This record gives sequence, structure tokens and C-alpha cells, in this order.
Amino acid sequence: MSSMTRPSTRAVVTAPPAAKAPRARKSRVDPLYYFFLFPSLAIFTLAVTLPAVLGFVYSFTNSVGFGDFQFIGFRNFIAVFQDDGILGSYGFTLAFSLVTVILVNIVAFLLALGLTSRVRFRAALRTVFVIPMVISGIVIAFVFQYLFSNSLPLLGQGLGIEVLSSSILANPDLAWVGIVFVTAWQSVPSAMLIYIAGLLTVPPEVYEASSIDGASPWHNLRHITLPLVAGYAVINTVLGFKNYLNAYDIIVGLTDGGPGVSTRSVAMAIFRGFEGGDYAYQMANAVIFFLISVAIALIQLRFTRSKGGIAA
Amino acid sequence: MSNATQTIPAQPLATGKRRFGGGPERTNWPATAILILCTLGVLVPLYVTISMAFKTTGQAVDGNAFSLPSPLTLDSFVQAWTLTNFPRGFMISVFVSVTAVAGEIVVSALAAYAIVRNWDRRVFRWSFFYLLAAMFIPFPVVALPQIQLTGLVGLDNPLGVAILHIVFALAFNTMLFTAFLRSIPLELEESMRMDGAGTWQVFWRLIFPLLGPMSATVGIFAFIASWNDFMMPSLIISDPELQTIPVLQKMFQTQFSNSYNVAFASYLMAMAPAIVVYLFTQRWVMSGLTQGAVK
Repeated sequence: MSSMTRPSTRAVVTAPPAAKAPRARKSRVDPLYYFFLFPSLAIFTLAVTLPAVLGFVYSFTNSVGFGDFQFIGFRNFIAVFQDDGILGSYGFTLAFSLVTVILVNIVAFLLALGLTSRVRFRAALRTVFVIPMVISGIVIAFVFQYLFSNSLPLLGQGLGIEVLSSSILANPDLAWVGIVFVTAWQSVPSAMLIYIAGLLTVPPEVYEASSIDGASPWHNLRHITLPLVAGYAVINTVLGFKNYLNAYDIIVGLTDGGPGVSTRSVAMAIFRGFEGGDYAYQMANAVIFFLISVAIALIQLRFTRSKGGIAA
Repeated sequence: MSNATQTIPAQPLATGKRRFGGGPERTNWPATAILILCTLGVLVPLYVTISMAFKTTGQAVDGNAFSLPSPLTLDSFVQAWTLTNFPRGFMISVFVSVTAVAGEIVVSALAAYAIVRNWDRRVFRWSFFYLLAAMFIPFPVVALPQIQLTGLVGLDNPLGVAILHIVFALAFNTMLFTAFLRSIPLELEESMRMDGAGTWQVFWRLIFPLLGPMSATVGIFAFIASWNDFMMPSLIISDPELQTIPVLQKMFQTQFSNSYNVAFASYLMAMAPAIVVYLFTQRWVMSGLTQGAVK
């Protein structure tokens, strides 16, 4: 991404303006540059690094968030691994993320395919499809909560479908479907735009040449389009997982983790650390969550590199 | 935080131009029809929100979400306005968003400029990787100590939330700005320095204006993310009187649970600003998202 322009940046520092003869290997840095860099480093250190270190230290204690505490070694971590509630939240979050990533990629790709084909009203259609991206997750979740618990059951009763005749959000086996639906509703647009960018990189001549050779549209899709957008699918998967693993707003708006704890995400479990007095305990959970997030990100980055898809 | 997947603006997407095939083409009407049908997926929830907002309480509880409001009334907006104390929530949300937008642009642009111009120095290079590490640290991981610390230093308020928005977007924004800065030719800057301009003038008079399109994208995504966010304000802001608009919507889940029309009027007022901003800045939203993470 940067390798092409980097030499020129280097050149200016090693070769200062002609008036000053180069004294040493490097010219002196204008102290103002440190001043430019300082705000970022300062707020980052105070607002992320410090809390992260504190949290890590607390995870080995029995602190309840205030007052005295003692170090208790790995006891919190061992307890987390034996806590069905927390293990359940991991199971839910991972399964939810996986299903949502797959669903979002499929829908976004199909929409992108449609929007880059010879359709009319393309700009207007795209404007509409992007709207969900700019709507507050919790607010649209409240709207869907009404639809799922009032309108959908009416429809289900009318059509005589047993499963739908009561609110799916009140059904521990189905509530996750509503969450996946609303999350996908909100995240399809960004994935769609990335797929559109990908599809537009394929030069039209490729399709023309292929059509002249008598290839069917299906053949084109399988052998030209899909391989070329594979890298974009990886981007969407990476960005998607990053968001879904931290799922919170939409779940709060739809089920608030219920019924029972069937849709409680890891983020929701961690935030409970302030209510139940299990502050240090949930910090241990956060440390584990951090390690899992990093592991998933690294696996994806490795996969990305082997695909040669992106520079992000 | 919600879906702040942002990226670089290069040029806006080719709008309305035909991409595939050459010469005279026929419109693909079946595909057009299918796509128009698909827009219902977006439009129906919005339609329900709008029509519910204009209904009377009597009509809103009849269970039919899809009927047109009759009679049409603005009562629910008036009620929602006073119930949520809308003007106060609005001002707080505006304060958080404006601070986040200005902060994200200025702080990241300054850092990116310093880093790119001193890339051969270890301090700056390492700072860059240090800031990038933030991408691996999601808010939930550090939330509990953060809540404690913000309370300790008196930042358990909208300003604290704005600062956290700046911090969590820092890695991504700095990366975008550095990528963009590397493409700005140095000759411009050198000739300005020859004329006696210092780093300060060079940045504010030359570099910052050149970063305009990038700043627009960063700013719009900063606005959308901070205006819509629920997670951070709900956890960080301790005084319920100082809550942002999305958090205020929660009151309709517990109290007033039968005044759907009032709730939906309030939801509509919460959504509207971001939708309006989007409709006016579409070009930047779309180009920003697409061209970026993609090489």
C-alpha cells in the first residue's frame, strides 16, 4: 500500500533544503512533529492502554470494583471456564457471528451483482439499500421488536403457521433468528458497497471476450466473477466478525439477552460485571474475550495474506 | 461503533454508468423488478415507523402496523418531544457528535502527518504500530476499567463519550490519513518551506486543505457512528439527565409501553438527523466505504 511512495518521504528527511549542509545522517526533527503526535498517543494511552493494563491486573484479584482486594491468581479464569452462563454467551456470540457473516455475504453479493448489471434506477436503488447503514442499531431494533412481537404473530396466525403465531423473540429457540435478521439488515449495505467496488474492478472487456467465446452467464459468474471478488469476501468477513463479536446494541433493543439468557452476548456478560459485584471475574472474562478476538483476527489475516486480497 | 466500517475516498463510484457490455444494451427488466421488490425490505420498517408516528394512540394499539394513519395527528410528536425532553437530548447528541467529528479529523490528521514525514525515525514508526494495535482492542474488553477511570477523573459525561469515540476510531483514521498523505507530492511542501513557512503553516495552509476529501469521509462516518451509538453513552454517562438521544429511547420499553405512536414518533426523531445527513452526503459515504480497505 505504501511501499511505492515511501522512498520519496525518506528522501526529504535525509536531504534537507540546500541552504543547510547535511550535518549528520539525519536532520533534526522539528519538535513540532512531536507536538502533532502527542495528542493521539496521550489519549490512546490514557483511554485504552491504561484501562487494558488495569483490567489485566484486576483479573487476577477478587475486586468488586471498589475497596480492598487481594490477588487470587488464576482462580477467576478457572471459574470462567466452569461458568455455564459465560460459556453459553460465547457459544451464542460465535454461532450468531458465523451465521450473520454468511447471510450478510450472500445477500450483499446478490444485491451488488444486481446493482452492477443493466438495471434501471440504479442510483436510486442504491440510495435506498444503503439507508440501513445510517440508522441507529438500538432504535431500529426497537422498531423490529414491535414488528416481531406484534405484526409477525398476526401474520403467522392468519397463515396458520404455528411457529410464527407467537412472538419469535419470546421463544428461546428462535429469538436468535430475529437478532441475526436485524443485524444483517443493518450490515448488508457496507458489505454490498464493498462488493460493488469489487465487481467494478472487473473490466467489461473480460465479459465481452468471454461472451464472444460463447460462455454462458452462469459460466461467467463461476469462472470470472467469483474468483475476482474472493478477496472482497475476505474483507467483508474480517470486518463483519469484528463487529458481530462485539454485538450489543441490537440485542439490547430486541431481547435484552433473553428469553432467559439464551441470547446474551459476551459483551453483555462483561458489562454485567458492574451490577453483580463480580468485577474482577468479568475482567478475566474480558481478557479471555480479547485473546479470542485477536486469535480470530490473526487467523483471518493469515487467510487474507494467502489470498493476497487486501492491504488493510 | 455500531457498523463503523470506514475507508478511503478515492473517486466516487461511477453512478448510473453502464458497466458491462458495450454498445446499445437493453435494460435488464427482471433484475430491476427483483431489486425494486427487495427495497421493500428496507422501506417497510421505515414506513411502519413513519405511519405509526402519525397515528392516534387508539389506532396505534389496534395491532395493524401497516395501516395508514387516520386521522393523521402530530400529537405523538408533541408528547415524545416533552417525554424525552428532546431539545436537551438533541443538544447533548449534537455536542458528542460535533466533538467526535472535529476531534477525529484533527487528532488523526496531525498524527498521520507527523508519522508520514518522519517515517525513518523509530519513535514515529513505533507510534504508528502502537496506535494500530487499537484495532485489536474492542470497547467491551476495556469497558469496565474505563467506566471506573472516567468516573474517577470526572469524564463520566458526554465529553468523555466523545473522547472515547475519537480514541476507538484513531487507529483506522490514522491509517487512512497516512495512506492518503503518502500520495501527496513533496514538491508542494518543499517550495512552501523554501519561502520560509514552518511546519505549522505547511500543515494548516497546505496539507490540511489537501486532506479535505479524506476529512469529509472521516467526519461523516464519525458523525454517523457517534450519533447512533448506544453502547458507550449508556455505560459511560452516569447522569441520566445527560443521556444521548439513542439511549433515551429505552424509556419506551418500560414506561408508556402502550403508547406505540409516541414511541415511534420518538424513534423517527432519533433516526432522522443521520438519514438526512446521509442523503446530502451520499457521494462521500459510498466512495468512502468502497475504495478504502480495498487496497
